[in-house]
Amino acid sequence: MTSYALFLGCTIPARQPHYEASARKALTRLGIGLVDLDNMTCCAPPPLQSIDTETSLAIAAHNICVAEQADLDIVTLCTGCFESLAMANNLLKENPKLKARVNEILSNAGEEFKGTKEVKHYLKVLIEDIGLERLKKNVTKDLSSLKVASFSGCHLLRPSALLKFDDPERPHVFDDLIEALGAKSIWYRNKLKCCGGLLRGYADDVALAIARDKIINTTKAGADCIVTLCPFCFLTLDLGQMLIKSTYKEEYNIPVVHYSELLSLALGIDPKELAIDFHKVRLDRILGKIT
Amino acid sequence: MEGESRMEHEKERETSEATFTDEIRRRLGGETIALCYQCGTCASSCPVAKVTERYNPRDVIRLSLLEQKKEVLSGSAIWLCSSCYNCQERCPQKVEIADVIYALRNIAIEEGYIPNIYSEFANGLMNEGRIVPISKFVEKKRPEYGLPQLRTAGLAALKKILATTGFDKIQWKKEGP
Repeated sequence: MTSYALFLGCTIPARQPHYEASARKALTRLGIGLVDLDNMTCCAPPPLQSIDTETSLAIAAHNICVAEQADLDIVTLCTGCFESLAMANNLLKENPKLKARVNEILSNAGEEFKGTKEVKHYLKVLIEDIGLERLKKNVTKDLSSLKVASFSGCHLLRPSALLKFDDPERPHVFDDLIEALGAKSIWYRNKLKCCGGLLRGYADDVALAIARDKIINTTKAGADCIVTLCPFCFLTLDLGQMLIKSTYKEEYNIPVVHYSELLSLALGIDPKELAIDFHKVRLDRILGKIT
Repeated sequence: MEGESRMEHEKERETSEATFTDEIRRRLGGETIALCYQCGTCASSCPVAKVTERYNPRDVIRLSLLEQKKEVLSGSAIWLCSSCYNCQERCPQKVEIADVIYALRNIAIEEGYIPNIYSEFANGLMNEGRIVPISKFVEKKRPEYGLPQLRTAGLAALKKILATTGFDKIQWKKEGP
């Protein structure tokens, strides 16, 4: 069994127990070991990179140091955390001068970034450690009548030069993993475009207009649900539908689920164990289609 | 964030009349700005420019190259990039546009242009080691969902990092409205 240092980040433990519960249960059932470590902090995502890029790199490197000391690779659930940590990890591995500068900062905290570990998103762990064929064999439920609009969010894929996850213009890994569960991953307009989530708090009107486009495009394509990986995308599209209702007087009620939730359901884990009450848009519409 | 040798070159020719463009090019992430030839691929790839006229990445780059420092740093445009990196993936000149925007934001913060929400992020980080605070309600309910107790955040190391880079000395707005 491969074990990883689980990097939870801020948003998932604060607001999305359904993400954490489903991910822990599904990954453990598939034989992936998850180790919780003390002393992790915020990953230093775009809002902190906006304030000071150098500080953000040092914070990301600190978190990687914690995993290096435990001799574990990192697995993330949130794609935002994946981006911050993988970007820093690869940038510092490739750029000795930057690594020296960051280590100068870290030395004051008694740490040194060595660059000996990998940062993986859990989709990569599923593909590499389990594989599509073994995943299919573990599915106990029938999802064949479910039409899914996959939405990976930006930071699983981009910036591709540093993240190296999948083709940024024609990605397939996420859709392959959805279809391995038996569901149909459908095409919809502007599938790879941003949800606007990072503008929440600074320009709510703009963020909501972008999210509304995503909701309209997935609905028009006939999706039963939107499947996400990033907690900000989830919030923007799930809670966002309540805001769209009050602002635009439009009602869509399209369920938004994290991939780990769909995976858990496909593996036969009881929805009651998955904290699904944290969804604003109820899941009845899809639960009825998973038999 | 490439162009280490270009950065060194920039340092050598640094003079007292350093321009705004020079200032951006010397920054981590800002190195590629002058490669822009204003084709507009960024603007047509941008999800924000699609829904509002308040942001257009090509305009931000153009105004910066035209040395409109105050207009760029004091305006709202640089804060309206959603960091999706679509523009950066597609730029035929390999301008690292999203990273240039980060460089501009870093400069804006240094010059005291700090949107309120960013002070909130900074305060959350400095106080709890997280930018989204954990509610006691959700933390108490963790066992109900079969979740282990949360591990402690690495505040001690974080505080030393923030003190070393000067992050904790930025004039953040106090918490509250």
